[in-house]
Amino acid sequence: MLSPYCDSPANSLVCKEWVIKMNEILNINGISKKYGDLVVLDNLSLKVKSGEVVVIVGPSGCGKSTLLRCINALEIIDDGEVALDGKAINPHDKNLSKVREKIGMVFQSYELFPHKTILQNLVLAPVRVKKMNRKEAEKEALHLLERVGLLSKKDNYPRQLSGGQKQRVAIVRALMMNPEILLMDEITAALDPEMVREVLEVVLDLAKEGRTMIIVTHELQFAKAAADRMVFIDGGRIIEEGEPKEFFENPKTERLKKFLHSFTYE
Amino acid sequence: MGFEVLLKGNNMIRLLGGLAAALKISLISVCISLIMGTVFGSLMNDRHPLIKKILRAYLEIVRIMPQLVLLFIAYFGTTKALGVNISAEAASIIVFSFWGSAEMADLVRGALSGISPAQYESSLALGLTYHQTLVYIIIPQIIRRMLPLSINLITRMIKTTSLIMMIGIVEVLKVGQQIIEANRKNYPNAAFGIYFTVFVLYFAVCWPISRLSRYLEKKWEA
Repeated sequence: MLSPYCDSPANSLVCKEWVIKMNEILNINGISKKYGDLVVLDNLSLKVKSGEVVVIVGPSGCGKSTLLRCINALEIIDDGEVALDGKAINPHDKNLSKVREKIGMVFQSYELFPHKTILQNLVLAPVRVKKMNRKEAEKEALHLLERVGLLSKKDNYPRQLSGGQKQRVAIVRALMMNPEILLMDEITAALDPEMVREVLEVVLDLAKEGRTMIIVTHELQFAKAAADRMVFIDGGRIIEEGEPKEFFENPKTERLKKFLHSFTYE
Repeated sequence: MGFEVLLKGNNMIRLLGGLAAALKISLISVCISLIMGTVFGSLMNDRHPLIKKILRAYLEIVRIMPQLVLLFIAYFGTTKALGVNISAEAASIIVFSFWGSAEMADLVRGALSGISPAQYESSLALGLTYHQTLVYIIIPQIIRRMLPLSINLITRMIKTTSLIMMIGIVEVLKVGQQIIEANRKNYPNAAFGIYFTVFVLYFAVCWPISRLSRYLEKKWEA
């Protein structure tokens, strides 16, 4: 895609900004995170382009969830920088909530608000944060609910839904803010096996639609299907990354080979 | 059956007056307990280890001590030991608030610790500020968890006001006794009629409150 502004040198500054915008949404630059003596993230860098789906895998405790939580400053990094749209995210900034608006997040444990109905869960943030008109927000919510096949649940409370249904609602809740990037933190790990598919199909749909996403998962089959780029993290560092086909069929590092092997039975 | 004594003179009015005296003390104490309990309860977490220990000890003391002993300490004990002369009403309010605040603090602590940190996080991740998170997400959940239990505490506090006659406050039970004493000759059966009426009065106050709690529990469970 070409920018309409990129045809003359006079517009070079605008053009540059546009290129940054189109290419890199998120730039994680050398971040580190420690809990006491335990190094969770070790000088880790990762860039995510617009429309790209990055899937992160790795053994448990490798730092992949912490990485997601550092992106929207739920964890405060000790070193390095996370930049969204070329602007560094400052965890102590008063306007941090404005930045978080643009970063959607879906949690392993759904975390719907139990005292609100599904519809209320969905419109809360758009109405209170984006100051969207309630009627409009509800219309949008119903439209998205229909897309994930949960329109009939709009007036139910979260506890009346199955795990898979809750997680689909949680995805819709994140989408309601129309975020620039979606972070998915092991969103199927707490689900019964038969519900995993209904959730992952929604995510695949979003991937096809061109949503920018960072997905942390243990579902390798799903990763293969959804990812534009695979990243393998161990010990708080990126050990290997690449195209899904290469990544799964021709792993270069011993550690990734071992990790992939641990998922097969012979 | 002894009910006719109620119609004599202004006996019924006097009983209601006694009830009002008891309700006044419990109402003031409940308000103080709600406020202090919320403050104490929100401090009873691992971020304030020392305060937590102190409040823990406070709660244990209140639970172990019979309310009557507390009332005697506050009313009779302070006069001699500290040289202050507080009214029986003030002493009761102090004791009931001291008790209620401790119990309420424990309820607030319980409700707060029952809300997972991820509830805060998912709200913050949506772009809500910390303040909005408290107002729209956390506080409504705390109120829902706490209300049935705090209503239970309130009815217990109302019932326990029957003890304050021991330090000389003329509340409903004391008025009842006075009426029975005064009419011992003409109405030997007055005891049943009067005490039954006292029972009905307590019931009339506490039952609607506990119904309300049941109703809210049902409503929020739906």
